[in-house]
Amino acid sequence: MIRDITIGQYYPAKSSIHRLDPRVKIVCTLLFLISLFVQNSILGYAIATVFLAVVIKVSKVPLKFIVRGLKAIVILLMFTVVMNLFLTKGGEEIFGFWIFHISEQGLRTSVFMAVRLIYLIMGSSLMTFTTTPNSLTDGIESLLHPLNRFHVPVHEVAMMMSIALRFIPILLEETDKIMKAQIARGADLESGNIIQKTKAMVPILVPLFVSAFRRANDLAMAMEARCYCGGEGRTKMKPLIYKNRDYMAYTVTVVYLVLIIGIGRFVPFKLWIF
Amino acid sequence: MSIKLENLNYTYSPGNAYEKHALKNVNLEIPHGQFVGIIGHTGSGKSTLIQHLNGLMKATSGALYYDGKNIYDEGYDMKALRSQVGLVFQYPEHQLFEVDVLTDVCFGPKNQGLSEEECLKRAKEALELVEFPEKYYHQSPFELSGGQKRRAAIAGVLAMKPKVLVLDEPTAGLDPKGRDDILDQIERLHKETGMTVILVSHSMEDIARYVERIIVMNHGEKLFDGMPKEVFAHYKELEQVGLAAPQVTYMMHDLKAQGMDVRTDVTTIEEAADEIMRCFHD
Amino acid sequence: MEMVQAKELVYEYEKRDDEGNVIGMNRAVDGVDIDVKPGQFVAILGHNGSGKSTLAKHINAILVPTGGTMWVNGVDTKNPDELMHVRQSAGMVFQNPDNQIIGTVVEEDVGFGPENLGVPTDEIWTRVEESLKAVGMLEYRTHSPNKLSGGQKQRVAIAGVIAMEPKCIVLDEPTAMLDPNGRKEVISTVQELRKKKQVTVILITHYMEEVIDADQVYVMDGGHIVMHGTPREIFSQVKELKKYRLDVPQVTMLAEELRNRGLDIPRGILRREELVRYVTELKEKEEKSHVN
Repeated sequence: MIRDITIGQYYPAKSSIHRLDPRVKIVCTLLFLISLFVQNSILGYAIATVFLAVVIKVSKVPLKFIVRGLKAIVILLMFTVVMNLFLTKGGEEIFGFWIFHISEQGLRTSVFMAVRLIYLIMGSSLMTFTTTPNSLTDGIESLLHPLNRFHVPVHEVAMMMSIALRFIPILLEETDKIMKAQIARGADLESGNIIQKTKAMVPILVPLFVSAFRRANDLAMAMEARCYCGGEGRTKMKPLIYKNRDYMAYTVTVVYLVLIIGIGRFVPFKLWIF
Repeated sequence: MSIKLENLNYTYSPGNAYEKHALKNVNLEIPHGQFVGIIGHTGSGKSTLIQHLNGLMKATSGALYYDGKNIYDEGYDMKALRSQVGLVFQYPEHQLFEVDVLTDVCFGPKNQGLSEEECLKRAKEALELVEFPEKYYHQSPFELSGGQKRRAAIAGVLAMKPKVLVLDEPTAGLDPKGRDDILDQIERLHKETGMTVILVSHSMEDIARYVERIIVMNHGEKLFDGMPKEVFAHYKELEQVGLAAPQVTYMMHDLKAQGMDVRTDVTTIEEAADEIMRCFHD
Repeated sequence: MEMVQAKELVYEYEKRDDEGNVIGMNRAVDGVDIDVKPGQFVAILGHNGSGKSTLAKHINAILVPTGGTMWVNGVDTKNPDELMHVRQSAGMVFQNPDNQIIGTVVEEDVGFGPENLGVPTDEIWTRVEESLKAVGMLEYRTHSPNKLSGGQKQRVAIAGVIAMEPKCIVLDEPTAMLDPNGRKEVISTVQELRKKKQVTVILITHYMEEVIDADQVYVMDGGHIVMHGTPREIFSQVKELKKYRLDVPQVTMLAEELRNRGLDIPRGILRREELVRYVTELKEKEEKSHVN
């Protein structure tokens, strides 16, 4: 089950999207998400679809891979659709049976909501598919840099994020090892009620925490030994510098956003729906 | 209480890009009471192999008989198997978790459903077996020295009274005296209790000194299986798979090459000294 | 000038009971003198808890002596203004390969030290490339450290230190968690570096085979230096070493055993070739005396 969730994974490929500056990808993803919420017309969704399709095509990430990421939100999706379908009132009634009534408005809202959610997940997972966790952290650090003025420890937070990324696989492996070792000592992790199951976690969590602290301690020492003393005076091995393609990506996305907002404002109402 | 593996195969993530055939048609029989060494470089399948012995990993195909019964048969009591085949992982002290040593060692017997009294009795016996000093019984396991922690952890498995003891690199990270102490302890345990001992080690010198039979794993396959003398006679093949013979074995080959009439199937210092002295006496 | 020099170095820390009250002082290092000349290969032996790791941490100023003095490259490590200078001159490699790699990509980890030192971007790239080449890991530069073997991870850690261009590298049991192949890999990498870069190496270990090439060996026990000399001098004293929970290489042990059984073999044999030579010479002599 956990293996099916592809959100947040990186898909290695050599595409123009992969090569973009992480800041561009973060900002453009945000703009795309905004674009989904500032309009509500078929034409608008059509433009969003074209935009998304083109970006996916350029990114060389297989569609299958992106769709697999949607599995994680199937339940949320169905819930949203059902709620909107039956609870939104307005317009002609299309279908009625006992207490279930579906209105034209309800159908419209639920379909749009579903599309919105799907595009939202596809858009944001496309960003993680094409950006290594590291450059994502770099991008966030750089974008949030102005917050430094308000004494937000942006560098430290980014450093913590990237260390967490490095240690998650190690700690997962460690958890697996500890679990096996306790099962070898006869621990029963599966049967019993919730309280028993929670209790059974103690022999796993205690060693895991001890190990995590030991690692943290070692790591802090290793960082100190390599002259780390916070973000001040540090240079960057891979500084973020905007290139032409990055400005182009910004331009394309902004044009897209303007287009989609423009449709909501200036295209006559009739064309909205059909 | 023998262990028998028949055509055992294990494949990681089958049908996927990460597919890896970790065990290939392994056939093996370990009679009760043997002291067996398993060697192989990292990734040779030896860790995967030992995790099959107590059912922690399930073979993709093949059969594993413990005491004549196939453990993959439906309704086989895995929990019972796990208390029969005790598995001590690498760095076992990393699994200690209780407030004091004695309670931690009780964890195994408690899981076997024994009474508190019996648990304590077994825990104390196990701690005595590994010569863990009594004055530390009520100390937190996290405050012990490296060697003592390891003893406590091994006692934690022994307290379940296994018939077979499997140890994955029990000396990793210890200093020379600590290494010798633990291995001597295990040898004594083997002699006193008569249990089967399966020792995974990277040190050819240690393996040669203690075990009566060596199994060499390479790329998931059993490469050699025999007495230390027989296995280390293949020192050239061992080198090809990233292993080696003990230093003294090489020493004897060197002497032979220099024209001395010595046997080369020597694996321990005592044997080597005997053999060299023999050349001088006659 | 000495590369590393300690004079009557003492390190004490407070012993606390369960409530956190100080109940006494522990001396992890007690009156240690060491001298390491530039370019030397120095080994420090000692069992677990002998104080050798505590001593090592002083060389990198992770710990500062509570008594006596430690000079690194002529600088007193107690001087807080020189902290970065000390850490840059004496790089440190630790025991656990997983817990000292910070980057999620090999090359970024090697660049971590130079980044902290404020080295300009272009130079970081040249340093990273050179360091990875020096440890033979250049082809892995874009790999994730998680997929590497233990020996490879330690080589990356060494490259991370080299990239800071230190004069001295302190290796604190770098092979303790590795298999024999990983150990060989790391030790030969270190030897190679000594040849190429004339860097001073201080190796802390309890694998006796790793120190036979050292210029000098210190043995620690209970926070003191209890033996000091060349590997040959140290390994001549098998009984003494065993007393300190240490060992000798198997060849040395065999030579000692043969000596005990009456063969005229000198103490402190370190290599197989040496022992073979002595044994065959003795045999020839014996045969000659038979003929006469």
